[in-house]
Amino acid sequence: MLQERPLPTFSPAAVQLSREEGLALYEDMVLGRIFEDKCAEMYYRGKMFGFVHLYNGQEAVASGVIRGALRPGVDYVCSTYRDHVHALSAGVPAREVMAELFGKATGCSKGRGGSMHMFSAKHRLLGGYAFVAEGIPVAAGAAFQTKYRREVLGDTTADEVTACFFGDGACNNGQFFETLNMAALWKLPILFVVENNKWAIGMAHERATSDPHIYKKASVFNMVGVEVDGMDVLAVREVAQTAVARARAGEGPTLIEALTYRFRGHSLADPDELRSKEEKEFWLSRDPIKRLGSYLLEQDLATNQDLKTIDQKIKQVVEDAVTFAEQSPEPDPRELRRYIFAED
Amino acid sequence: MAETVFFNALRAAIDEEMARDATVFVLGEDVGHYGGSYKVTKNLYQKYGELRVLDTPIAENSFTGMAIGAAMTGLRPIIEGMNMGFLLLAFNQIANNAGMLRYTSGGNFQIPLVIRGPGGVGRQLGAEHSQRLEAYFQAVPGLKIVACSTPYNAKGLLKSAIRDNNPVLFFEHVLLYNLKEDLPEEEYLLPLDKAELVQTGKDVTILTYSRMRHHVLQALPELRQRGIQPEIIDLISLRPLDWDTISASVRKTHRVMIVEECMKTGGIGAEVTAGIMERLFDELDAPVVRLSSQDIPTPYNGTLERLTVVQPEQIVSTVADLVAKKI
Ligand SMILES: Cc1ncc(C[n+]2csc(CCOP(=O)(O)OP(=O)(O)O)c2C)c(N)n1
Ligand SMILES: [Mg+2]
Repeated sequence: MLQERPLPTFSPAAVQLSREEGLALYEDMVLGRIFEDKCAEMYYRGKMFGFVHLYNGQEAVASGVIRGALRPGVDYVCSTYRDHVHALSAGVPAREVMAELFGKATGCSKGRGGSMHMFSAKHRLLGGYAFVAEGIPVAAGAAFQTKYRREVLGDTTADEVTACFFGDGACNNGQFFETLNMAALWKLPILFVVENNKWAIGMAHERATSDPHIYKKASVFNMVGVEVDGMDVLAVREVAQTAVARARAGEGPTLIEALTYRFRGHSLADPDELRSKEEKEFWLSRDPIKRLGSYLLEQDLATNQDLKTIDQKIKQVVEDAVTFAEQSPEPDPRELRRYIFAED
Repeated sequence: MAETVFFNALRAAIDEEMARDATVFVLGEDVGHYGGSYKVTKNLYQKYGELRVLDTPIAENSFTGMAIGAAMTGLRPIIEGMNMGFLLLAFNQIANNAGMLRYTSGGNFQIPLVIRGPGGVGRQLGAEHSQRLEAYFQAVPGLKIVACSTPYNAKGLLKSAIRDNNPVLFFEHVLLYNLKEDLPEEEYLLPLDKAELVQTGKDVTILTYSRMRHHVLQALPELRQRGIQPEIIDLISLRPLDWDTISASVRKTHRVMIVEECMKTGGIGAEVTAGIMERLFDELDAPVVRLSSQDIPTPYNGTLERLTVVQPEQIVSTVADLVAKKI
């Protein structure tokens, strides 16, 4: 029998959501989904290479935090190798993300980074980090910078919050503990968002950690820790908004454990044979996009036609991104050594 | 500044740069209240406050990562490695993120970061505190590596390192902190990518850096007595190497000896030797000779430790052999 950890309950009755906000969240999640489906297609068609980790199923986390609680382009976002959708939610155009996957000069990292290394200074996307947990302290550094600008440089406009995303597996690495300690100690304006999708490649979460309730690990650092249904974008948005308010008020970081699931294998190279059919079905039935769609219809915030229009629009956006990526130039071989040093 | 002790020359460099640019800050273990394990940041926290002289927990990889994030978003951190050996725990952040991230990001971010601190073989500190890490780091793309050796160059180089927009690994040496030298009153900066011609000569080029510069200088009187005039070059920049200065000297003397404190295998000298073979083979009248420390963990025992590191007598006899065409 499948034993799932009980998901925290969230009452949508209390949610304040305008039609525009609801549709924006829906659109952002649909973009994440369709973009990733297209990546799989392009990967199998030999258009992109390397390890490609898709985000299907986890969309409510990126959209709920970045679109629901942050100011994209102002607040900082830090991701892992599963970073395409965080980049999209942060506002990096689909064209630039797709072109990066194609290794083109027009990619957000100029074709130097690839799937696991999406960067965009303009969109305050600190990256795509391919080593598990190494982005966590880097994100804390961006948060430290905000505090420093405010307190040392006297810049009263310095109010950015940093959202740092990582997986359940990363929470067993020293950098997680070391950085939580420092962030709580110095009350850094940061959200540590764990996307607990139950698996670290083939390592089941409960086989890797002494207490599977990750959010509880915050308490030893005197930090607020909350768990949230990561398949419910409105629930994620709610806890993220509270955490952002706390960070802006100078009250320090929050550890958010979003219980979620990836609908595909670890990467496109993973045959995904370890996870049971039963488990996959349980989580597939909780698809966050369908859930928000139904909610918007039930609450009369959108019509079926509205949702269809969004789906159509996003398909166009993703098709356009592919065309752009295909037609974009390769990086100039004469620039092989460019970007090593700051002067280049 | 009159006569200045090495660690105070470093302190002055940091102090001046912090006063000049409010985005410069120091972080590391015991840099604040305690003043740094070699007193390089003594009393700076009183002057600049606890955020600008930030005492960190003992979490090298993570505070290095934090400094990188701060550098990416506009600050200019100086990390003090309490002992450079502890940076082994930060190897990932230094290599992946300090070194490579600018490239991987396609130029989206720059990382103006200095990582400085005491390195090298001290006096009977045992293997872990007597590391020779410059060689481990030299293959990381995107890093600049500098080794200072006198109060004068320490100050001028550190100031330049702080102003550089790239990550700079800045090696000091535990046994040089008490050297004294008269420093100019007025501000000066030294280029990070230039070797220093310590002594002009004609018979042989000696390439060295950090503490070994002083061992070479100790050997100099005896060499002169024997009628040998070596040209002594302190590499200063271990990456990138200053090939202009090295080449000019090799073209003049046609003989090269490298004196280094790092281990022979995969050392700085190995890289220099390979570079000379590639660029200057026709100029050589003899094979390049390397005097390196032994390929062993630094032993605790004083005699064994002395045998591990290149000594002035060894420099004298090897140079004599090289010049006498015995090599
Ligand atoms: C330091 C490091 N060790 C190992 C790996 C190989 N690896 C890549 S992803 C992964 C699992 C991480 O799982 P989790 O943190 O839960 O994130 P998820 O993939 O589920 O999003 C591992 C072990 C790595 N990338 N970095
Ligand atoms: Mg996982």
